[in-house]
Amino acid sequence: MKITRNDVEHVARLARLRFSEDQLEVFTSQLNDILAYFDKLQKLDTTSVEPSSHAVNLTNVFREDVVTASIPEEESLKNAPASERGCFRVPKVIEG
Amino acid sequence: MEYETIIGLEVHAQLLTDSKIFCGCSTSFGESPNHLTCPVCLGMPGVLPVLNKKVVELTIKTALATDCNIAPYSQFARKNYFYPDLPKGYQISQYELPLARNGYLEIEMEKEKRHKKIGITRIHMEEDAGKLLHELDGKPADYSYVDFNRTGVPLMEIVSEPDINTPEEAGEYLRVLRAILQYLEVCDGNMEQGSFRCDANISLRPKGMKGLGTKVELKNMNSFRHVMRALEYEIQRQAVVLDSGEKIRQETRLWNADQGITESMRSKEEAHDYRYFPDPDLVPLVVDDAWVDQIRQSLPELPTARQERFVKEYQIPDYDAHILTAVRQLADYFEACVRLGAQPKAVSNWVMGDILRRVPDTRLIGAFSVTPAHLAEMLGMIDAGTISGKIAKAVFEDMVTSGRMPAAIVADKGLVQVSDEGALEKAVKEVLDAHAEKAEEYRQGKEKLFGFFVGLVMKATQGKANPQMVTELLRKKLAG
Amino acid sequence: MTELYQMTIHELHDLLKQRKASSREITQSVYQRIEAVEGMVHAYITLTRDTAMKQAAAADEKIKRGEIEPLTGIPLAIKDILCTTGIKTTCGSKILENFVPPYDATVIQKLKAQCAVFVGKTNMDEFAMGSSTETSSFGPTGNPWDLERVPGGSSGGSAAAVAADECIASLGTDTGGSIRQPAACCGVVGIKPTYGRVSRFGLVAFASSLDQIGPFTKDVTDAALVMNGISGYDPQDSTSVNREVPDYTGCLIADVKGLTLGIPREYLATDGVDPEVEKAVRDALRVLEKQGATLKEISLPHTEYAVAVYYLIAPAEASSNLARYDGVKYGYRTPGDASLREMYETTRSEGFGAEVKRRIMLGTYALSAGYYDAYYKKASQVRTLICGDFEQAFTSCDLIVTPTAPTPPFRLGEKLNNPLQMYLSDIFTIPANLAGLPGISIPCGFSSQGLPIGLHIAGNLFAEETILRCAYCFENHTEWHLKKPPLT
Repeated sequence: MKITRNDVEHVARLARLRFSEDQLEVFTSQLNDILAYFDKLQKLDTTSVEPSSHAVNLTNVFREDVVTASIPEEESLKNAPASERGCFRVPKVIEG
Repeated sequence: MEYETIIGLEVHAQLLTDSKIFCGCSTSFGESPNHLTCPVCLGMPGVLPVLNKKVVELTIKTALATDCNIAPYSQFARKNYFYPDLPKGYQISQYELPLARNGYLEIEMEKEKRHKKIGITRIHMEEDAGKLLHELDGKPADYSYVDFNRTGVPLMEIVSEPDINTPEEAGEYLRVLRAILQYLEVCDGNMEQGSFRCDANISLRPKGMKGLGTKVELKNMNSFRHVMRALEYEIQRQAVVLDSGEKIRQETRLWNADQGITESMRSKEEAHDYRYFPDPDLVPLVVDDAWVDQIRQSLPELPTARQERFVKEYQIPDYDAHILTAVRQLADYFEACVRLGAQPKAVSNWVMGDILRRVPDTRLIGAFSVTPAHLAEMLGMIDAGTISGKIAKAVFEDMVTSGRMPAAIVADKGLVQVSDEGALEKAVKEVLDAHAEKAEEYRQGKEKLFGFFVGLVMKATQGKANPQMVTELLRKKLAG
Repeated sequence: MTELYQMTIHELHDLLKQRKASSREITQSVYQRIEAVEGMVHAYITLTRDTAMKQAAAADEKIKRGEIEPLTGIPLAIKDILCTTGIKTTCGSKILENFVPPYDATVIQKLKAQCAVFVGKTNMDEFAMGSSTETSSFGPTGNPWDLERVPGGSSGGSAAAVAADECIASLGTDTGGSIRQPAACCGVVGIKPTYGRVSRFGLVAFASSLDQIGPFTKDVTDAALVMNGISGYDPQDSTSVNREVPDYTGCLIADVKGLTLGIPREYLATDGVDPEVEKAVRDALRVLEKQGATLKEISLPHTEYAVAVYYLIAPAEASSNLARYDGVKYGYRTPGDASLREMYETTRSEGFGAEVKRRIMLGTYALSAGYYDAYYKKASQVRTLICGDFEQAFTSCDLIVTPTAPTPPFRLGEKLNNPLQMYLSDIFTIPANLAGLPGISIPCGFSSQGLPIGLHIAGNLFAEETILRCAYCFENHTEWHLKKPPLT
């Protein structure tokens, strides 16, 4: 499979990344090299193979429904680039 | 042209847990911004989610109550998108492998006297997002503000099949579903506080045609009435578009309650691509029969079953039973009164009359000053002839404000009914003596005057006279 | 005379126990060494001398009370990917350059409970993405054996700090070889434990299904001691395994009699294995054979797909794990008022380096509509086959022995512009991550240019003891681990 510059731009939008024209060229070419290498996977027949999302088979890990202390609001906001009156401040969001 | 409407509903119900779905922060409502947060629900680097077991149990309960198949193996997935109220840049939800599928619930259309099954496609668990504020101190601000208190509050998403054909059916589906969730104590069903939210998918197709028309998603409806009104509006709007030969655009529209219209959300620059994949921080969920059976044992009687039982066991009309069982707390109240020995129909009359007037939100009837013990004692006093129905009204008003028991009120205010024949005879005689002309008129055939005499006797006894005895005595004397 | 900073954990522990040295003296000694060589090596992003001296004093108090534990008072370095309360945790990235966590990683809590001393936070490839520590936004780390060469990566700072005696031992993380490959490059011992053995809570995620924390040490005994200190179930990590932790020093016997070592034929056939590396590994196998191990050729038929699988799964998970760096809650945000989308895009484009962006792009693509089945899902299925290969292999052998890296450490800048070449340098370490297996890298020789070569020993799930036993035996019959870099 080959990735086009348009694809790269689309993926960049999904990932909230922005590239210069030059970077787009370089990325498109590098990603194509990498994807070409990945093509070897396509020749493997995996129709009846279950996918693994973990290597260790664990199931049913729970916590009980018990309230534990939250952290003080100052701690929550301490690392925030912008905050005001106990809230994280972000650029105006236009609904929709 | 005539069209057929196809509606599917997506309900997000907040599960009644004490702590959030993946961390120990409290789920309480109304705290100041960012007071109920921790590194986990703030999505700080390096922190990990651990699933709240009760979230799974409540969802299994719901699945059982709606006849769903419970998946022996299910999985959490990440739904990836950027939004300031989503701290991790993804929402933990379920996608390919939800906990439950293929259920249904039955709605009853009062007017048409018919029952209808509405299919439930799936039920899955997910975390809520935070809240974006666009105002500061009630004034529009230059920025938006994020409060993460709600982030990680457990939600259950219940997706219906497109089996709903009218706004009324949609309203009834929501009522039945909410009653079930409330009965199960899985969700408090509060639409205003957002703990029970509904989005709708609606499409029209020419009557008799197969296949589905282009569907429109409706959001921002925060009461049953608004859901129904938005659907009604949308049916009209889509019919007009189709009649003019144009096509319906697949889009999301917001209900504007003030103007009573739906409005197109500005179309997004790009289609959503949520890039779902299994969440590697969580492990698969395996639900075996033993666990399901254990939860099944704990299921309460559901609204439909209880309604049928009320009719059969207490001999009350179907209409009464329907209203009494709509809200679990109300049904509990009714049954508590009956268990204390009160006549079921009498209880039903009082509950559906005076009590419903006094308690607009019947879920809160547990906090009402007139408890089942109060009501049952009062009804017992009526039956025993200690007080009249009329006096009872006054006693009831007193109980509402004071919370005192009826016997105490009656004793304190001297409201005990006068049934002493001698005393009543005397009162009747005095009234007739004082109005001898009227008594004569009555005897001449002016029978309407009977009520006049009854009123005067009651007045003379400050309403305490036993009405039956007064009637008998009057008839005897007037005849004599 | 041997300086304190040159010694191992177990040697220093004996001195502390006998009151022949104090933790303060040891910590001082380590900082003197840092003053002397850090300018050349640049192993650290942050040094925490003041808190370290306080921790040393507290350790001395604990020792005085007779409560010494194996890591009490020992100066350790921590990869800057592990969260430390009140101490900047940058992940080697501009986007977290000022992030100060309000919590400790579980491993840090465990080490604090023993009163270990934390010297500082070590340099790393940005978000652990790299095999050379060159993608750090705080500049590269030099290999103490040759400062013109890379220390490996991504935990290059932690490996170099141990090799240069700038700490006694350190912690790193390993997603595709990020502990074992730098250990090999720097001539030290490095272990990636079984997935789930050590809690990931507080480890800033790169690829959640692959990441694991492990130690860098000067010898195998120290590795066992640190493993004892950090392993164990953690209710805060759903993927940590609730299984008893053995005393890993209990398996340190200098004997491999009865052990069968599997030599995968596919690995030896790998292109690009340096002949000097191949020779060193063959010599090492002979040493082990002489000590009673049986060598056996085995087959891992899906090995050739491992790099492709890894570079789909890891970036896919990373693209999602790194979505939280959006300029809202912590970390870098682009200055000025912009629209929300501009703020997101500019913050992330300025905050992340090229390699991180490349992997976010790759991962986003692998998960996106229309490509999920061909890439992410396909890779997850082949992962199942790779796990199956190992399951099969371990029915006929106890351990699998290979080189750690195909070549000795390469020159700074050599592979920076060829990402695929860089990715292929993880070829021997990646399969263990995909299958969740434990692996160790130990020094097994030097190239003609005097560069360290590492031997990789992988075991079955939770077979850390067998790995340690074999590594300990090898160490007891060789002297590679005693060599020190000629840093002056």
